[in-house]
Amino acid sequence: MESVLGRYRNLIVLVGVLFAQVLGLAIQVKRTTPSEPTRLIRIWAIGSVTPLEKALVWAQTSTSNIWHNYFYLRGVRAENRALKAEIERMSLDRVRISQDADQAHRLQALLGFKEQFISQTMAAQVIGGSGSELSRSVFIDKGSRDGVKPDMAVITADGIVGKVLHVYRATSEVLLINDQSSGVGAILDQTRLQGILNGTAAGELVLGRVMSDETVPPGEMVLTSGGDGIFPKGLPIGKVSKITPGSDLFLNIQVRPAADLSRLEEVLVVTKIDERQARPDQTGAARAIDILAARLPGVPSKPENITKAAASGTVPAPGSVTTKAAAAAAGAPATGAPKTAHPATPGGDAQSKPKAKPPEAAASNGATAARSAPNPDSPTGDSSGPPSASKATAATLSPTPVKTMPVKTTPGKTLADPKPPSDSPDAPH
Amino acid sequence: MAITYTSGEQVEVYRFSIPATVLIPLAAVFLQAFLPLRFPFFLIFDLPLLVVIGFATARRNPLAGLLTGSLIGIMQDALTHQPIGLYGISKTVVGFGASSLGIKLDVENAGARFLITIFFYVVHEVVYFMIARGLVGMHMAWSWPHELLSGVANAVLGVLVFMLLDRVKQRT
Repeated sequence: MESVLGRYRNLIVLVGVLFAQVLGLAIQVKRTTPSEPTRLIRIWAIGSVTPLEKALVWAQTSTSNIWHNYFYLRGVRAENRALKAEIERMSLDRVRISQDADQAHRLQALLGFKEQFISQTMAAQVIGGSGSELSRSVFIDKGSRDGVKPDMAVITADGIVGKVLHVYRATSEVLLINDQSSGVGAILDQTRLQGILNGTAAGELVLGRVMSDETVPPGEMVLTSGGDGIFPKGLPIGKVSKITPGSDLFLNIQVRPAADLSRLEEVLVVTKIDERQARPDQTGAARAIDILAARLPGVPSKPENITKAAASGTVPAPGSVTTKAAAAAAGAPATGAPKTAHPATPGGDAQSKPKAKPPEAAASNGATAARSAPNPDSPTGDSSGPPSASKATAATLSPTPVKTMPVKTTPGKTLADPKPPSDSPDAPH
Repeated sequence: MAITYTSGEQVEVYRFSIPATVLIPLAAVFLQAFLPLRFPFFLIFDLPLLVVIGFATARRNPLAGLLTGSLIGIMQDALTHQPIGLYGISKTVVGFGASSLGIKLDVENAGARFLITIFFYVVHEVVYFMIARGLVGMHMAWSWPHELLSGVANAVLGVLVFMLLDRVKQRT
């Protein structure tokens, strides 16, 4: 027996070591869950490698900075001139884009949309990678002590990069979007087709779940859809590079990433994403109707008790001026004004007695008043939603807002509310 | 240049000092993780694998070879987000095979080193592929041209790495 063990000692050890590793592998594969704690061996390995990487990156960056900031300044003057020209061009573009954005915000506010936006980011340096073609991940020099948490989005100025996978004390591992275990909710910019973007073993990006009967032009921009809960909507991912028929009924759309994933140096970790309801830009250019409303006589200024009543939820005395009218007179939209700010009529609420507004009050309110009027379709009098949007459109476009007739576009569909807003105490019954 | 059959008594057995045993694999793993960020083409190389082959053929001890391969592979695994053991198992097999081969063959010349590096690179990739597909369920595509090209590239680098290892190995 001993002679057999001695003779085949090497083979027995080999089988034992392989068996132990296979067993460990099988346990890991079975237990793979997002909440699984990081294995100690990973912490040791990363703890022994990343300090060296950090030191090297620091030395390289410092040397590069000294060279580029103090010695190699050739062409800086020409570059400065080109950048100034570009700023001027971008300033012109900005005016046009901000007008479009204002319009989009107004429409979003009317529809009660909630938008996500990146409110806080943290710059991080890429210090190392996995060193494997089959594991596309990088390490950054920010960890839990800097506030990094798992599943945070990682982006660059060009586009998204990936998400934080594992967080250690001073470093974090970022799973790149071209890894085969990665998945990002994506939407095509022009056609608005949605799909799921996955990485492949070869490190390519493929947009799947787009039906094969759809037409996708090459070169179309691919953006994040926000459906994955990690990346906010609208961030660039890349451009469509190749479209081939895929398996089943779906297209196989290859995407060229916007960010250069093979040469990452600095990235931004999105540490905070806020979600808020879209609001029209109140600091933007004043609308003609608001300027006109501010000049109209006979509209008293907003009394303080209305604001207090609105804030406390109590009903102001009859005959007082509505918040909306006051807000409109001041030229500011009264979006979201609570319904308790409406004047109370004895024995009824705002919806019980339809009243017409005097011409000046109605004109001064315009779209703003219509937007904040209680929605008769909603039991809570919510001011958001399509019915209010319809009223806003009708009130804004109508030169004589005292008209209370419903505006019908198609049979059975009413654009304007048949009941006039009852927020003016002196409105004729 | 030819690979010559040598008896166990004729081959020379080498050993490495403790600092070299610890620092060289660590440096290989570090460079493998660091260099592809600056030079993406470096992903085609597997520096830790070359170190495993170099150590195994020099020591000519299957036990030492498989343990070295196992440790270096597990450390390499720890830097990826894949389950630990994929590289570990592959490099264990390579470490054992290279040291066993080192007993029987003369691997002191560049030609022999070039050929055994190509051979063990392919063995490593085959074992990795089988475990990744069969046990972990990863989607992988096998491409012979890619593997052979990578094998040749690794063999060229391997000859240089083995020359460096020759400088630190000590005769027993």
